[in-house]
Amino acid sequence: MSLKDYERTGTITVDEIKMPSEEHLKRGVAIIECVQEIPCNPCVDACPFGAISMEKLNATPKIDYDKCKGCGKCVSVCPGLAIFVVRIRGENGFVTLPYEMLPIPEKGEVVDVLNREGKVIGEGEITNVRVENRTGVITVRVDKNLIMEVRNICPKR
Amino acid sequence: MRIEEHPILSFERGRKVHFYFNGKKLYGYENESIAAALVANGITQLSKSLKYNRPRGFFCGIGKCASCRMRVNGVPNVRICIENVREGLEVETQEPLAELPSREFDDKGIDTLECDVLVIGGGPAGLCASLEAAKSDADVIVVDENFKLGGQLLKQTHKFFGSKHEMAGKRGIDIAKELEKEIIENNRIRVFLKSSVFGYYESDHGHLFGMAQRLDDMSEKVYKVKCKSAVIASGASENFLVFPNNDLPGVYGAGGVQTLVNVYGVLPGKKVLMVGSGNVGLIVSYQLLQAGMEVKAVVEALPKIGGYFVHAAKLRRFGVPIYVSHTVKEVYGEDKVEGATIVEIDKNWREIPGTEKRIDCDVVCLAVGLSPSVRVVSLTGADIRYIPEAGGYVAIHDDCMETTKRGIFVAGDLSGIEEASIAMLEGKLAGLYSAKRAGKDVNEDKADEYRKRLEELRAGPFGERGRIAKEKIRRLWKECH
Repeated sequence: MSLKDYERTGTITVDEIKMPSEEHLKRGVAIIECVQEIPCNPCVDACPFGAISMEKLNATPKIDYDKCKGCGKCVSVCPGLAIFVVRIRGENGFVTLPYEMLPIPEKGEVVDVLNREGKVIGEGEITNVRVENRTGVITVRVDKNLIMEVRNICPKR
Repeated sequence: MRIEEHPILSFERGRKVHFYFNGKKLYGYENESIAAALVANGITQLSKSLKYNRPRGFFCGIGKCASCRMRVNGVPNVRICIENVREGLEVETQEPLAELPSREFDDKGIDTLECDVLVIGGGPAGLCASLEAAKSDADVIVVDENFKLGGQLLKQTHKFFGSKHEMAGKRGIDIAKELEKEIIENNRIRVFLKSSVFGYYESDHGHLFGMAQRLDDMSEKVYKVKCKSAVIASGASENFLVFPNNDLPGVYGAGGVQTLVNVYGVLPGKKVLMVGSGNVGLIVSYQLLQAGMEVKAVVEALPKIGGYFVHAAKLRRFGVPIYVSHTVKEVYGEDKVEGATIVEIDKNWREIPGTEKRIDCDVVCLAVGLSPSVRVVSLTGADIRYIPEAGGYVAIHDDCMETTKRGIFVAGDLSGIEEASIAMLEGKLAGLYSAKRAGKDVNEDKADEYRKRLEELRAGPFGERGRIAKEKIRRLWKECH
């Protein structure tokens, strides 16, 4: 059986993600970066709109972008920290991501934004911070072209 | 160095106390192990090897290896990783072959304890077994060698996978607290901490175990424990790996470091090389980042990452490199780790010359698998076999978790290396059927439900090893009957 790239690298590319439409992106949707069959399903129970489904415990989660409202309830619930919410408003992009490091950034703070390989690809402004079950759920405003790349932040402090 | 701030944990260290190490006054906290307090005081060499007098440091942190044995208040061979710090303790390094105790103790006699079900091991499997047996009206004694209940749940700061039935989404540390509370509130369950089961004896009816409890003055109280059935859930120990200088202080079990960092909030160093990319290697690496350490690299001998992609992705987005088809060639340093060399290997596991990389690190963590701790169960005469997919020697058992020795049950990593959700379900099964063996009426519908959930958890590609292991174990069990 041939290896998938992500099995060697630990990173996926945008091609491996079901892309939301422009309409979906305007409203904001959850991007689930969970590509392997692992025994886990809390995201299904967490979604108040029934947008996430799984055939069985070991299936990969499927998201219905028409049902997803981008509320981000799943972000802090996912044990794999593999769910992000992306949204586009005008020229601005917004990425909501799980963050379990110190320091927890503050609203208004400008931070470095990182891609899936941990490389700094720009800067962003923190627009929302909440902490749920000790997982930070952080929203950062970035260039709208970066919403499918930004997956981490690094405070400049 | 002790961690002051942590994104997930708040350390309840307790009262500050003083103790002596080789005559020098040091301080620690009453909820710390002696070993953790020594590491926090910058002491890396804990003992010397038997044959060549090489320095040995902290390795497993949970009483499974022998690298931290010291003389405490005159008593030799104390595993200081499972002994709590107390005011005025005198801790001393010992010669590899320790002298006999330098003090005498009053003979405390041997008392007899009786119960329906004896549970050996207070981790996820043992605690769930205790609760399940007690809910079926069995009187339970649960024993653990450590000074706190919870086993390896105590260091699992991440949220568990699985479904809501297995408390998915909850952190292991929180599950440990819930289980401990239930245990303490259940008046059918008696808990013996700092207690080791050391023997199994012939008995007219039921089973008889020998148990020794370590007391605060470092003397021991010996008990005979008579029980109608027993659940053994003694867990597993971390595997070692062969490379030059693999015994230098600073080479730790990944789980050992996880204990040090997450249970005690003590940092073993600043820069880590993680060897092994199974879920343990990936999860511990991430937790070390959370604790403020730098993870220089994860190396994996196989051509692919062993653990879940989502765990690897969490590390990668912090810039941690994962080198597949790589292994650790050697570790160097005078009396402690000062760096390591990693090297690429080909598909025949041979090193590829010229691919060496130096890694600047002061900690090397080995996350290269676990082996079931079969010593206690082997005392009972239960049939033990080598099953590679189970991680080593295991007691063969049926789907009620009963071994070939009637009334002796196993659960959790001892019955084959898997993970904590599975350990909890196996514990429930063993608890239920051990109560039945003790003559209690049990609800076997619950057992069918637990078996169904176990099957679901093991159904995916990552459950394959566990599935194969259990199939082999069941087949051998049938052959024995």
